Amino acid sequence: MIREILKKRQIVIGAMVIILMASAAVFAPFISHFDPYEQNLSADARLQPPSTRHIFGTDDLGRDLFSRMVHGARTSLSVGFIAVAIMLVVGITLGVLAGYYGGAVDFAVMRLVEVMMCFPTLYLILALLAFLGPSVYYVMIVIGLTSWMGLARLIRAEFLSLREREFVVAAKALGATDMRIAFRHILPNALAPVFVSITFSLGGAILIESSLSFLGLGVQIPVPSWGNIISTGRFYIESAWWLTVFPGLAILFSVLSFYLIGDGLRSVLDPRLKR
Amino acid sequence: MLVVPMLLGISLITFVIAHLAPGDPTSVKYGLNPEVSETARARLKELYGLDRPVLVQFGLWLKRMAVLDFGNSFIDDRPVMAKIAERLPATLILNISALLIIYLIAIPIGISSAVRADSSYDKVTTVVLFAGYATPSFWFALILIWIFGFHLGWFPISGMRPWYVEYYTFFESAKDLLWRLALPVLTTSLLSLAGLSRYMRSSMLETLRQDYIRTARAKGLDEFTVIYKHALKNALLPIVTIASMILPGLLSGSFIIETIFGWPGMGRLGYEAIMNYDYPTIMGVVVIATFLTLLGLLLADILYAIVDPRIRYK
Repeated sequence: MIREILKKRQIVIGAMVIILMASAAVFAPFISHFDPYEQNLSADARLQPPSTRHIFGTDDLGRDLFSRMVHGARTSLSVGFIAVAIMLVVGITLGVLAGYYGGAVDFAVMRLVEVMMCFPTLYLILALLAFLGPSVYYVMIVIGLTSWMGLARLIRAEFLSLREREFVVAAKALGATDMRIAFRHILPNALAPVFVSITFSLGGAILIESSLSFLGLGVQIPVPSWGNIISTGRFYIESAWWLTVFPGLAILFSVLSFYLIGDGLRSVLDPRLKR
Repeated sequence: MLVVPMLLGISLITFVIAHLAPGDPTSVKYGLNPEVSETARARLKELYGLDRPVLVQFGLWLKRMAVLDFGNSFIDDRPVMAKIAERLPATLILNISALLIIYLIAIPIGISSAVRADSSYDKVTTVVLFAGYATPSFWFALILIWIFGFHLGWFPISGMRPWYVEYYTFFESAKDLLWRLALPVLTTSLLSLAGLSRYMRSSMLETLRQDYIRTARAKGLDEFTVIYKHALKNALLPIVTIASMILPGLLSGSFIIETIFGWPGMGRLGYEAIMNYDYPTIMGVVVIATFLTLLGLLLADILYAIVDPRIRYK
Protein backbone atom coordinates (compact mmCIF):
# COMPACT_ATOMS: atom_id res chain seq x y z
CA MET A 1 0.00 0.00 0.00
CA ILE A 2 2.71 2.49 1.01
CA ARG A 3 4.63 1.62 -2.12
CA GLU A 4 1.54 2.16 -4.22
CA ILE A 5 0.98 5.55 -2.62
CA LEU A 6 4.59 6.59 -3.24
CA LYS A 7 4.25 5.56 -6.86
CA LYS A 8 1.43 8.08 -7.42
CA ARG A 9 3.10 11.19 -8.74
CA GLN A 10 0.24 13.50 -7.74
CA ILE A 11 0.44 12.36 -4.13
CA VAL A 12 4.20 12.84 -3.94
CA ILE A 13 4.13 16.30 -5.53
CA GLY A 14 1.20 17.38 -3.36
CA ALA A 15 2.85 16.11 -0.21
CA MET A 16 6.09 17.89 -1.07
CA VAL A 17 4.31 21.23 -1.48
CA ILE A 18 2.45 20.75 1.80
CA ILE A 19 5.60 19.74 3.69
CA LEU A 20 7.40 22.77 2.27
CA MET A 21 4.59 25.11 3.34
CA ALA A 22 4.18 23.49 6.74
CA SER A 23 7.88 23.75 7.51
CA ALA A 24 7.87 27.38 6.34
CA ALA A 25 5.00 27.92 8.77
CA VAL A 26 6.75 26.16 11.65
CA PHE A 27 10.12 27.82 11.12
CA ALA A 28 8.64 31.19 10.08
CA PRO A 29 10.91 33.40 12.24
CA PHE A 30 14.05 31.67 10.90
CA ILE A 31 13.04 31.85 7.26
CA SER A 32 12.26 35.52 7.04
CA HIS A 33 14.39 37.91 9.02
CA PHE A 34 11.79 40.68 8.70
CA ASP A 35 9.24 41.21 11.44
CA PRO A 36 5.79 40.70 9.91
CA TYR A 37 4.35 43.43 12.15
CA GLU A 38 7.06 46.06 11.80
CA GLN A 39 5.69 49.02 9.89
CA ASN A 40 7.67 51.51 7.89
CA LEU A 41 5.52 54.30 6.59
CA SER A 42 8.14 56.22 4.63
CA ALA A 43 7.33 56.60 0.96
CA ASP A 44 10.28 54.51 -0.22
CA ALA A 45 9.26 51.57 2.01
CA ARG A 46 5.53 51.36 1.30
CA LEU A 47 4.16 49.30 -1.60
CA GLN A 48 7.60 48.42 -2.94
CA PRO A 49 7.62 45.91 -5.82
CA PRO A 50 9.47 42.61 -5.37
CA SER A 51 13.22 43.14 -5.12
CA THR A 52 16.23 41.24 -3.82
CA ARG A 53 15.69 42.76 -0.38
CA HIS A 54 11.95 42.10 -0.18
CA ILE A 55 11.44 39.16 -2.52
CA PHE A 56 7.65 39.53 -2.56
CA GLY A 57 7.68 43.30 -2.12
CA THR A 58 6.13 45.28 0.73
CA ASP A 59 2.54 46.11 1.67
CA ASP A 60 0.73 49.39 2.25
CA LEU A 61 2.29 49.80 5.68
CA GLY A 62 5.81 48.97 4.53
CA ARG A 63 5.82 45.46 5.99
CA ASP A 64 7.68 42.67 4.23
CA LEU A 65 5.11 40.66 2.27
CA PHE A 66 7.12 37.42 2.25
CA SER A 67 7.41 37.52 6.01
CA ARG A 68 3.69 38.19 6.39
CA MET A 69 2.88 35.32 4.05
CA VAL A 70 5.12 32.87 5.91
CA HIS A 71 3.43 33.86 9.16
CA GLY A 72 0.10 33.77 7.35
CA ALA A 73 0.82 30.14 6.47
CA ARG A 74 0.88 29.47 10.22
CA THR A 75 -2.59 30.94 10.66
CA SER A 76 -4.13 29.40 7.58
CA LEU A 77 -2.71 25.91 8.07
CA SER A 78 -3.51 25.77 11.78
CA VAL A 79 -7.06 26.96 11.21
CA GLY A 80 -7.35 24.24 8.59
CA PHE A 81 -6.00 21.48 10.83
CA ILE A 82 -8.08 22.38 13.87
CA ALA A 83 -11.27 22.84 11.85
CA VAL A 84 -10.73 19.42 10.29
CA ALA A 85 -10.06 17.89 13.71
CA ILE A 86 -13.43 19.20 14.89
CA MET A 87 -15.06 17.92 11.72
CA LEU A 88 -13.54 14.48 12.34
CA VAL A 89 -14.85 14.27 15.87
CA VAL A 90 -18.39 15.28 14.89
CA GLY A 91 -18.47 13.34 11.63
CA ILE A 92 -17.06 10.10 13.04
CA THR A 93 -19.22 10.19 16.17
CA LEU A 94 -22.46 10.77 14.28
CA GLY A 95 -21.51 8.40 11.47
CA VAL A 96 -20.66 5.62 13.94
CA LEU A 97 -23.87 6.18 15.90
CA ALA A 98 -26.00 6.09 12.77
CA GLY A 99 -24.27 3.14 11.17
CA TYR A 100 -23.82 1.01 14.27
CA TYR A 101 -27.19 1.43 15.91
CA GLY A 102 -29.32 2.01 12.81
CA GLY A 103 -33.03 2.46 13.37
CA ALA A 104 -34.24 5.68 14.94
CA VAL A 105 -30.72 6.99 15.62
CA ASP A 106 -29.81 6.45 11.99
CA PHE A 107 -33.00 8.15 10.86
CA ALA A 108 -32.40 11.20 13.05
CA VAL A 109 -28.74 11.57 12.04
CA MET A 110 -29.47 11.19 8.34
CA ARG A 111 -32.26 13.77 8.44
CA LEU A 112 -29.87 16.16 10.18
CA VAL A 113 -27.30 15.50 7.45
CA GLU A 114 -29.85 16.23 4.73
CA VAL A 115 -30.97 19.45 6.34
CA MET A 116 -27.40 20.63 6.90
CA MET A 117 -26.48 19.86 3.31
CA CYS A 118 -29.32 22.06 2.13
CA PHE A 119 -27.76 25.15 3.65
CA PRO A 120 -25.43 27.03 1.35
CA THR A 121 -22.37 26.60 3.58
CA LEU A 122 -21.02 30.10 3.32
CA TYR A 123 -24.37 31.71 4.22
CA LEU A 124 -24.60 29.46 7.25
CA ILE A 125 -21.03 30.15 8.34
CA LEU A 126 -21.31 33.89 7.80
CA ALA A 127 -24.59 34.09 9.71
CA LEU A 128 -23.04 32.18 12.61
CA LEU A 129 -19.99 34.43 12.61
CA ALA A 130 -22.15 37.55 12.37
CA PHE A 131 -23.90 36.47 15.53
CA LEU A 132 -20.85 35.18 17.37
CA GLY A 133 -18.46 37.92 16.29
CA PRO A 134 -15.30 37.57 14.20
CA SER A 135 -12.61 35.45 15.82
CA VAL A 136 -10.18 32.79 14.64
CA TYR A 137 -11.50 30.33 17.19
CA TYR A 138 -15.08 30.73 16.07
CA VAL A 139 -13.90 30.32 12.47
CA MET A 140 -12.32 26.96 13.33
CA ILE A 141 -15.37 25.75 15.25
CA VAL A 142 -17.88 26.97 12.71
CA ILE A 143 -16.03 25.43 9.75
CA GLY A 144 -15.79 22.16 11.67
CA LEU A 145 -19.47 22.17 12.58
CA THR A 146 -20.63 22.85 9.01
CA SER A 147 -18.49 20.37 7.10
CA TRP A 148 -18.91 16.97 8.79
CA MET A 149 -21.88 15.72 6.75
CA GLY A 150 -20.02 13.98 3.94
CA LEU A 151 -17.76 12.16 6.40
CA ALA A 152 -20.67 11.04 8.59
CA ARG A 153 -22.37 9.61 5.52
CA LEU A 154 -19.23 7.72 4.47
CA ILE A 155 -18.65 6.25 7.90
CA ARG A 156 -22.30 5.24 8.22
CA ALA A 157 -22.21 3.45 4.87
CA GLU A 158 -19.04 1.57 5.84
CA PHE A 159 -20.55 0.58 9.19
CA LEU A 160 -23.76 -0.64 7.64
CA SER A 161 -21.84 -3.12 5.54
CA LEU A 162 -19.26 -4.04 8.19
CA ARG A 163 -21.51 -4.58 11.19
CA GLU A 164 -22.93 -7.82 9.79
CA ARG A 165 -19.50 -9.37 9.23
CA GLU A 166 -18.23 -12.41 11.12
CA PHE A 167 -15.55 -10.56 13.07
CA VAL A 168 -18.19 -8.29 14.58
CA VAL A 169 -20.37 -11.26 15.50
CA ALA A 170 -17.28 -12.89 17.02
CA ALA A 171 -16.46 -9.80 19.06
CA LYS A 172 -20.05 -9.63 20.26
CA ALA A 173 -19.96 -13.29 21.25
CA LEU A 174 -16.84 -12.61 23.28
CA GLY A 175 -18.77 -10.00 25.19
CA ALA A 176 -17.15 -6.84 23.87
CA THR A 177 -19.00 -3.62 24.62
CA ASP A 178 -20.68 -1.62 21.85
CA MET A 179 -18.06 1.11 22.21
CA ARG A 180 -15.24 -1.40 21.83
CA ILE A 181 -16.79 -3.09 18.83
CA ALA A 182 -17.54 0.20 17.10
CA PHE A 183 -14.22 1.92 17.69
CA ARG A 184 -11.71 -0.93 18.01
CA HIS A 185 -13.11 -3.48 15.60
CA ILE A 186 -15.18 -1.75 12.94
CA LEU A 187 -13.73 1.76 12.70
CA PRO A 188 -10.18 0.70 11.73
CA ASN A 189 -11.71 -1.16 8.79
CA ALA A 190 -13.60 1.94 7.72
CA LEU A 191 -10.67 4.34 7.75
CA ALA A 192 -9.81 4.39 4.06
CA PRO A 193 -12.49 6.91 3.10
CA VAL A 194 -11.64 8.94 6.20
CA PHE A 195 -8.13 9.66 4.93
CA VAL A 196 -9.50 10.82 1.59
CA SER A 197 -12.05 12.97 3.34
CA ILE A 198 -9.40 14.54 5.62
CA THR A 199 -7.23 15.72 2.74
CA PHE A 200 -10.16 17.21 0.83
CA SER A 201 -11.51 18.85 3.97
CA LEU A 202 -8.13 20.41 4.75
CA GLY A 203 -8.16 22.06 1.34
CA GLY A 204 -11.77 23.13 1.76
CA ALA A 205 -11.17 24.55 5.23
CA ILE A 206 -8.23 26.65 4.02
CA LEU A 207 -10.38 28.00 1.18
CA ILE A 208 -13.22 28.92 3.52
CA GLU A 209 -10.90 30.48 6.08
CA SER A 210 -9.31 32.63 3.39
CA SER A 211 -12.72 33.70 2.09
CA LEU A 212 -13.87 34.63 5.58
CA SER A 213 -10.67 36.53 6.32
CA PHE A 214 -11.04 38.28 2.98
CA LEU A 215 -14.54 39.40 3.95
CA GLY A 216 -13.19 40.62 7.30
CA LEU A 217 -14.97 38.01 9.40
CA GLY A 218 -12.08 35.60 9.88
CA VAL A 219 -8.55 36.28 11.04
CA GLN A 220 -8.40 39.91 12.12
CA ILE A 221 -5.61 42.29 11.13
CA PRO A 222 -2.84 42.85 12.12
CA VAL A 223 -2.47 39.04 12.47
CA PRO A 224 -1.58 37.99 8.94
CA SER A 225 -3.53 35.37 7.02
CA TRP A 226 -3.48 34.80 3.27
CA GLY A 227 -7.08 35.91 3.01
CA ASN A 228 -6.78 39.19 4.86
CA ILE A 229 -3.59 40.15 3.01
CA ILE A 230 -5.64 39.93 -0.20
CA SER A 231 -8.44 41.98 1.30
CA THR A 232 -5.97 44.85 1.72
CA GLY A 233 -4.35 44.06 -1.59
CA ARG A 234 -7.57 44.50 -3.54
CA PHE A 235 -7.47 48.26 -2.98
CA TYR A 236 -4.02 48.46 -4.53
CA ILE A 237 -4.53 45.97 -7.32
CA GLU A 238 -3.75 48.50 -10.05
CA SER A 239 -0.49 49.69 -8.52
CA ALA A 240 0.69 46.81 -6.31
CA TRP A 241 -0.36 43.53 -7.92
CA TRP A 242 2.01 41.50 -5.74
CA LEU A 243 -0.16 42.05 -2.66
CA THR A 244 -2.98 40.13 -4.35
CA VAL A 245 -1.15 37.71 -6.62
CA PHE A 246 1.29 36.04 -4.19
CA PRO A 247 -1.06 35.22 -1.28
CA GLY A 248 -3.64 33.98 -3.78
CA LEU A 249 -1.10 31.64 -5.34
CA ALA A 250 -0.17 30.40 -1.87
CA ILE A 251 -3.83 29.50 -1.20
CA LEU A 252 -4.21 27.97 -4.64
CA PHE A 253 -1.10 25.79 -4.35
CA SER A 254 -1.77 24.56 -0.84
CA VAL A 255 -5.42 23.74 -1.53
CA LEU A 256 -4.57 22.15 -4.87
CA SER A 257 -1.92 20.01 -3.17
CA PHE A 258 -4.40 18.72 -0.62
CA TYR A 259 -6.90 17.94 -3.38
CA LEU A 260 -4.29 16.13 -5.47
CA ILE A 261 -3.26 14.04 -2.49
CA GLY A 262 -6.91 13.26 -1.75
CA ASP A 263 -7.67 12.32 -5.34
CA GLY A 264 -4.56 10.13 -5.49
CA LEU A 265 -5.36 8.42 -2.20
CA ARG A 266 -8.87 7.74 -3.38
CA SER A 267 -7.69 5.95 -6.46
CA VAL A 268 -5.19 3.88 -4.42
CA LEU A 269 -7.59 3.04 -1.60
CA ASP A 270 -10.76 2.44 -3.60
CA PRO A 271 -10.46 -0.89 -5.37
CA ARG A 272 -13.45 -0.05 -7.56
CA LEU A 273 -11.50 2.70 -9.30
CA LYS A 274 -8.74 0.29 -10.34
CA ARG A 275 -8.87 -1.26 -13.75
CA MET B 1 -36.81 13.54 -0.03
CA LEU B 2 -39.43 14.64 2.44
CA VAL B 3 -40.09 18.34 2.21
CA VAL B 4 -41.94 18.96 5.45
CA PRO B 5 -39.30 17.48 7.80
CA MET B 6 -36.67 19.33 5.81
CA LEU B 7 -38.48 22.63 6.31
CA LEU B 8 -38.88 21.87 10.00
CA GLY B 9 -35.19 21.02 10.27
CA ILE B 10 -34.18 24.20 8.50
CA SER B 11 -36.43 26.21 10.82
CA LEU B 12 -34.94 24.53 13.87
CA ILE B 13 -31.34 25.19 12.85
CA THR B 14 -31.99 28.79 11.90
CA PHE B 15 -33.89 29.21 15.18
CA VAL B 16 -30.80 28.08 17.07
CA ILE B 17 -28.62 30.47 15.08
CA ALA B 18 -30.95 33.39 15.69
CA HIS B 19 -30.64 32.77 19.39
CA LEU B 20 -26.90 33.17 19.29
CA ALA B 21 -27.63 36.85 18.78
CA PRO B 22 -26.39 39.02 21.61
CA GLY B 23 -29.49 38.57 23.72
CA ASP B 24 -27.92 38.26 27.11
CA PRO B 25 -26.26 41.16 28.87
CA THR B 26 -23.12 39.11 29.55
CA SER B 27 -22.05 39.33 25.94
CA VAL B 28 -18.91 41.38 26.20
CA LYS B 29 -18.25 41.69 22.49
CA TYR B 30 -21.08 44.08 21.87
CA GLY B 31 -20.37 45.95 25.06
CA LEU B 32 -17.92 48.07 23.07
CA ASN B 33 -20.84 49.86 21.53
CA PRO B 34 -23.39 49.76 24.36
CA GLU B 35 -25.98 51.96 22.72
CA VAL B 36 -26.30 50.02 19.49
CA SER B 37 -26.35 46.65 21.17
CA GLU B 38 -28.88 47.84 23.76
CA THR B 39 -31.30 48.93 21.04
CA ALA B 40 -30.56 45.86 18.96
CA ARG B 41 -31.17 43.66 21.96
CA ALA B 42 -34.46 45.31 22.77
CA ARG B 43 -35.64 45.04 19.19
CA LEU B 44 -34.58 41.43 18.90
CA LYS B 45 -36.37 40.67 22.14
CA GLU B 46 -39.52 42.18 20.73
CA LEU B 47 -39.12 40.54 17.32
CA TYR B 48 -38.40 37.01 18.52
CA GLY B 49 -40.36 37.20 21.77
CA LEU B 50 -37.20 36.45 23.73
CA ASP B 51 -38.95 36.87 27.08
CA ARG B 52 -41.32 33.97 26.36
CA PRO B 53 -40.65 30.25 27.03
CA VAL B 54 -38.40 28.61 24.43
CA LEU B 55 -41.14 26.43 22.99
CA VAL B 56 -43.38 29.43 22.48
CA GLN B 57 -40.46 31.20 20.82
CA PHE B 58 -40.00 28.31 18.43
CA GLY B 59 -43.73 28.33 17.70
CA LEU B 60 -43.55 32.03 16.89
CA TRP B 61 -40.49 31.38 14.73
CA LEU B 62 -42.29 28.64 12.78
CA LYS B 63 -45.25 30.95 12.25
CA ARG B 64 -42.95 33.63 10.88
CA MET B 65 -41.17 31.16 8.62
CA ALA B 66 -44.47 29.87 7.24
CA VAL B 67 -45.41 33.33 5.99
CA LEU B 68 -41.81 34.40 5.27
CA ASP B 69 -42.04 37.26 7.72
CA PHE B 70 -38.59 38.06 9.03
CA GLY B 71 -39.47 41.37 10.62
CA ASN B 72 -38.09 44.75 9.62
CA SER B 73 -34.52 45.61 8.80
CA PHE B 74 -32.57 47.40 11.54
CA ILE B 75 -31.09 49.75 8.97
CA ASP B 76 -34.01 51.27 7.10
CA ASP B 77 -36.94 49.63 8.91
CA ARG B 78 -38.33 48.13 5.72
CA PRO B 79 -39.68 44.56 5.77
CA VAL B 80 -36.80 42.15 5.24
CA MET B 81 -38.77 40.13 2.72
CA ALA B 82 -39.32 43.20 0.51
CA LYS B 83 -35.58 43.90 0.56
CA ILE B 84 -34.81 40.31 -0.39
CA ALA B 85 -37.47 40.22 -3.11
CA GLU B 86 -35.94 43.18 -4.92
CA ARG B 87 -32.49 41.57 -4.77
CA LEU B 88 -33.58 38.10 -5.80
CA PRO B 89 -33.73 38.60 -9.60
CA ALA B 90 -30.06 39.64 -9.75
CA THR B 91 -28.99 36.54 -7.81
CA LEU B 92 -31.14 34.28 -9.95
CA ILE B 93 -29.84 35.74 -13.21
CA LEU B 94 -26.26 35.28 -12.05
CA ASN B 95 -26.67 31.73 -10.77
CA ILE B 96 -28.85 30.38 -13.55
CA SER B 97 -26.45 31.72 -16.18
CA ALA B 98 -23.59 30.16 -14.25
CA LEU B 99 -25.43 26.83 -14.05
CA LEU B 100 -25.97 26.86 -17.81
CA ILE B 101 -22.32 27.65 -18.47
CA ILE B 102 -21.18 24.92 -16.08
CA TYR B 103 -23.29 22.26 -17.78
CA LEU B 104 -22.30 23.50 -21.25
CA ILE B 105 -18.59 23.26 -20.48
CA ALA B 106 -18.42 20.38 -18.02
CA ILE B 107 -20.38 17.78 -19.98
CA PRO B 108 -18.20 17.86 -23.12
CA ILE B 109 -15.05 17.87 -20.98
CA GLY B 110 -16.33 14.93 -18.97
CA ILE B 111 -17.24 12.94 -22.08
CA SER B 112 -13.99 13.61 -23.88
CA SER B 113 -11.84 12.70 -20.89
CA ALA B 114 -13.83 9.51 -20.27
CA VAL B 115 -13.45 8.46 -23.89
CA ARG B 116 -9.74 9.12 -23.69
CA ALA B 117 -9.37 7.93 -20.11
CA ASP B 118 -5.81 7.96 -18.74
CA SER B 119 -4.46 9.68 -21.84
CA SER B 120 -2.33 12.76 -21.34
CA TYR B 121 -5.35 14.88 -22.37
CA ASP B 122 -7.30 13.32 -19.51
CA LYS B 123 -4.50 13.96 -17.04
CA VAL B 124 -4.00 17.58 -18.07
CA THR B 125 -7.71 18.42 -17.89
CA THR B 126 -7.92 16.75 -14.50
CA VAL B 127 -5.14 18.92 -13.10
CA VAL B 128 -6.53 22.08 -14.70
CA LEU B 129 -10.00 21.39 -13.32
CA PHE B 130 -8.63 20.63 -9.88
CA ALA B 131 -6.73 23.90 -10.02
CA GLY B 132 -10.01 25.67 -10.78
CA TYR B 133 -11.62 23.89 -7.86
CA ALA B 134 -8.79 24.94 -5.59
CA THR B 135 -8.80 28.58 -6.68
CA PRO B 136 -10.27 30.96 -4.12
CA SER B 137 -13.12 32.59 -6.02
CA PHE B 138 -12.61 36.01 -4.47
CA TRP B 139 -9.02 35.97 -5.65
CA PHE B 140 -9.94 34.78 -9.14
CA ALA B 141 -12.48 37.61 -9.33
CA LEU B 142 -9.82 40.16 -8.39
CA ILE B 143 -7.39 38.77 -10.96
CA LEU B 144 -10.09 38.96 -13.66
CA ILE B 145 -10.86 42.54 -12.66
CA TRP B 146 -7.18 43.38 -12.74
CA ILE B 147 -6.54 41.84 -16.18
CA PHE B 148 -9.80 42.33 -18.07
CA GLY B 149 -11.11 45.37 -16.23
CA PHE B 150 -8.10 47.55 -15.60
CA HIS B 151 -5.46 46.42 -18.08
CA LEU B 152 -7.43 45.43 -21.14
CA GLY B 153 -10.60 47.34 -20.31
CA TRP B 154 -12.75 44.74 -22.04
CA PHE B 155 -15.36 44.28 -19.36
CA PRO B 156 -17.01 46.52 -16.79
CA ILE B 157 -15.86 45.66 -13.29
CA SER B 158 -18.83 46.53 -11.15
CA GLY B 159 -22.60 46.83 -11.13
CA MET B 160 -25.49 45.31 -13.03
CA ARG B 161 -27.79 48.05 -14.28
CA PRO B 162 -26.16 51.44 -14.71
CA TRP B 163 -28.53 54.45 -14.79
CA TYR B 164 -28.12 54.98 -18.51
CA VAL B 165 -29.73 51.68 -19.55
CA GLU B 166 -33.03 53.50 -19.19
CA TYR B 167 -32.18 55.24 -22.43
CA TYR B 168 -31.24 52.01 -24.19
CA THR B 169 -33.44 49.96 -26.48
CA PHE B 170 -34.32 46.52 -25.20
CA PHE B 171 -31.67 44.92 -27.37
CA GLU B 172 -28.93 47.27 -26.24
CA SER B 173 -29.79 46.84 -22.60
CA ALA B 174 -29.79 43.04 -22.92
CA LYS B 175 -26.35 43.28 -24.51
CA ASP B 176 -25.17 45.51 -21.70
CA LEU B 177 -26.43 42.99 -19.14
CA LEU B 178 -24.63 40.11 -20.85
CA TRP B 179 -21.48 42.22 -20.91
CA ARG B 180 -21.72 42.86 -17.21
CA LEU B 181 -22.53 39.23 -16.47
CA ALA B 182 -19.37 37.92 -18.13
CA LEU B 183 -16.85 38.22 -15.30
CA PRO B 184 -19.17 37.33 -12.38
CA VAL B 185 -20.53 34.30 -14.23
CA LEU B 186 -17.05 33.13 -15.18
CA THR B 187 -15.97 33.34 -11.54
CA THR B 188 -19.11 31.62 -10.27
CA SER B 189 -18.76 28.75 -12.73
CA LEU B 190 -15.12 28.03 -12.02
CA LEU B 191 -15.66 26.33 -8.69
CA SER B 192 -18.31 23.83 -9.74
CA LEU B 193 -16.79 22.99 -13.09
CA ALA B 194 -14.42 20.38 -11.68
CA GLY B 195 -17.04 18.50 -9.68
CA LEU B 196 -19.51 18.19 -12.52
CA SER B 197 -17.04 17.20 -15.20
CA ARG B 198 -15.38 14.61 -12.95
CA TYR B 199 -18.80 13.23 -12.24
CA MET B 200 -19.66 13.17 -15.93
CA ARG B 201 -16.37 11.42 -16.62
CA SER B 202 -16.94 8.63 -14.11
CA SER B 203 -20.56 8.23 -15.14
CA MET B 204 -19.47 7.91 -18.78
CA LEU B 205 -16.68 5.46 -17.87
CA GLU B 206 -19.16 3.32 -16.00
CA THR B 207 -21.62 3.34 -18.90
CA LEU B 208 -18.92 2.46 -21.40
CA ARG B 209 -18.21 -0.69 -19.38
CA GLN B 210 -21.80 -1.95 -19.72
CA ASP B 211 -22.68 -5.00 -21.76
CA TYR B 212 -24.96 -3.17 -24.17
CA ILE B 213 -22.04 -0.98 -25.19
CA ARG B 214 -20.02 -4.08 -25.98
CA THR B 215 -23.00 -5.34 -27.97
CA ALA B 216 -23.24 -2.07 -29.85
CA ARG B 217 -19.56 -2.25 -30.72
CA ALA B 218 -19.82 -5.93 -31.62
CA LYS B 219 -22.54 -5.31 -34.14
CA GLY B 220 -20.15 -2.97 -35.90
CA LEU B 221 -21.43 0.49 -34.99
CA ASP B 222 -18.89 3.23 -35.38
CA GLU B 223 -17.45 4.75 -32.22
CA PHE B 224 -19.36 8.03 -32.66
CA THR B 225 -22.75 6.30 -32.66
CA VAL B 226 -21.75 4.11 -29.74
CA ILE B 227 -20.71 7.05 -27.61
CA TYR B 228 -23.22 9.72 -28.55
CA LYS B 229 -26.31 7.61 -29.25
CA HIS B 230 -26.00 4.64 -26.92
CA ALA B 231 -23.80 5.67 -24.03
CA LEU B 232 -24.46 9.39 -23.66
CA LYS B 233 -28.16 9.17 -22.83
CA ASN B 234 -27.58 6.80 -19.95
CA ALA B 235 -24.47 8.54 -18.73
CA LEU B 236 -26.36 11.84 -18.56
CA LEU B 237 -29.03 10.52 -16.19
CA PRO B 238 -27.13 10.93 -12.92
CA ILE B 239 -25.92 14.35 -14.07
CA VAL B 240 -29.42 15.74 -13.64
CA THR B 241 -29.37 15.11 -9.91
CA ILE B 242 -25.90 16.47 -9.42
CA ALA B 243 -27.49 19.91 -9.52
CA SER B 244 -28.31 19.15 -5.90
CA MET B 245 -24.62 19.12 -5.11
CA ILE B 246 -23.83 22.21 -7.15
CA LEU B 247 -26.60 24.51 -5.98
CA PRO B 248 -25.55 25.19 -2.37
CA GLY B 249 -22.01 25.85 -3.59
CA LEU B 250 -23.20 28.20 -6.32
CA LEU B 251 -25.24 30.27 -3.91
CA SER B 252 -22.37 30.32 -1.41
CA GLY B 253 -20.09 31.52 -4.16
CA SER B 254 -22.43 34.32 -5.11
CA PHE B 255 -22.13 35.72 -1.61
CA ILE B 256 -18.51 36.66 -2.27
CA ILE B 257 -18.80 37.28 -5.97
CA GLU B 258 -21.73 39.68 -5.64
CA THR B 259 -19.81 41.57 -2.99
CA ILE B 260 -16.74 41.96 -5.18
CA PHE B 261 -18.52 42.80 -8.43
CA GLY B 262 -21.04 45.12 -6.80
CA TRP B 263 -23.81 42.86 -8.07
CA PRO B 264 -27.09 43.91 -6.42
CA GLY B 265 -28.13 40.41 -5.36
CA MET B 266 -29.04 38.61 -2.20
CA GLY B 267 -25.46 37.72 -1.29
CA ARG B 268 -24.48 41.36 -1.31
CA LEU B 269 -27.55 42.16 0.77
CA GLY B 270 -26.40 39.53 3.27
CA TYR B 271 -22.90 40.98 3.35
CA GLU B 272 -24.21 44.50 3.98
CA ALA B 273 -26.47 43.13 6.71
CA ILE B 274 -23.59 41.35 8.43
CA MET B 275 -21.40 44.44 8.31
CA ASN B 276 -24.21 46.45 9.95
CA TYR B 277 -25.32 43.83 12.50
CA ASP B 278 -28.74 43.84 10.86
CA TYR B 279 -29.85 40.54 12.39
CA PRO B 280 -33.36 40.21 10.90
CA THR B 281 -31.97 40.67 7.39
CA ILE B 282 -29.16 38.17 8.02
CA MET B 283 -31.66 35.55 9.12
CA GLY B 284 -33.96 36.32 6.20
CA VAL B 285 -31.17 35.96 3.67
CA VAL B 286 -29.96 32.66 5.16
CA VAL B 287 -33.46 31.19 5.23
CA ILE B 288 -34.35 32.29 1.71
CA ALA B 289 -31.03 31.04 0.31
CA THR B 290 -31.67 27.67 1.94
CA PHE B 291 -35.26 27.54 0.69
CA LEU B 292 -33.97 28.29 -2.80
CA THR B 293 -31.55 25.38 -2.53
CA LEU B 294 -34.33 23.09 -1.33
CA LEU B 295 -36.51 24.21 -4.24
CA GLY B 296 -33.64 23.47 -6.62
CA LEU B 297 -33.23 19.99 -5.14
CA LEU B 298 -36.95 19.32 -5.54
CA LEU B 299 -36.83 20.43 -9.16
CA ALA B 300 -33.84 18.13 -9.72
CA ASP B 301 -35.77 15.21 -8.21
CA ILE B 302 -38.79 15.87 -10.41
CA LEU B 303 -36.59 16.29 -13.47
CA TYR B 304 -34.90 13.00 -12.68
CA ALA B 305 -38.25 11.22 -12.54
CA ILE B 306 -39.08 12.72 -15.93
CA VAL B 307 -35.87 11.71 -17.68
CA ASP B 308 -35.53 8.29 -16.07
CA PRO B 309 -38.58 6.09 -16.72
CA ARG B 310 -37.37 3.53 -14.17
CA ILE B 311 -38.08 5.98 -11.36
CA ARG B 312 -41.53 6.96 -12.62
CA TYR B 313 -43.17 3.60 -12.19
CA LYS B 314 -41.98 3.04 -8.66
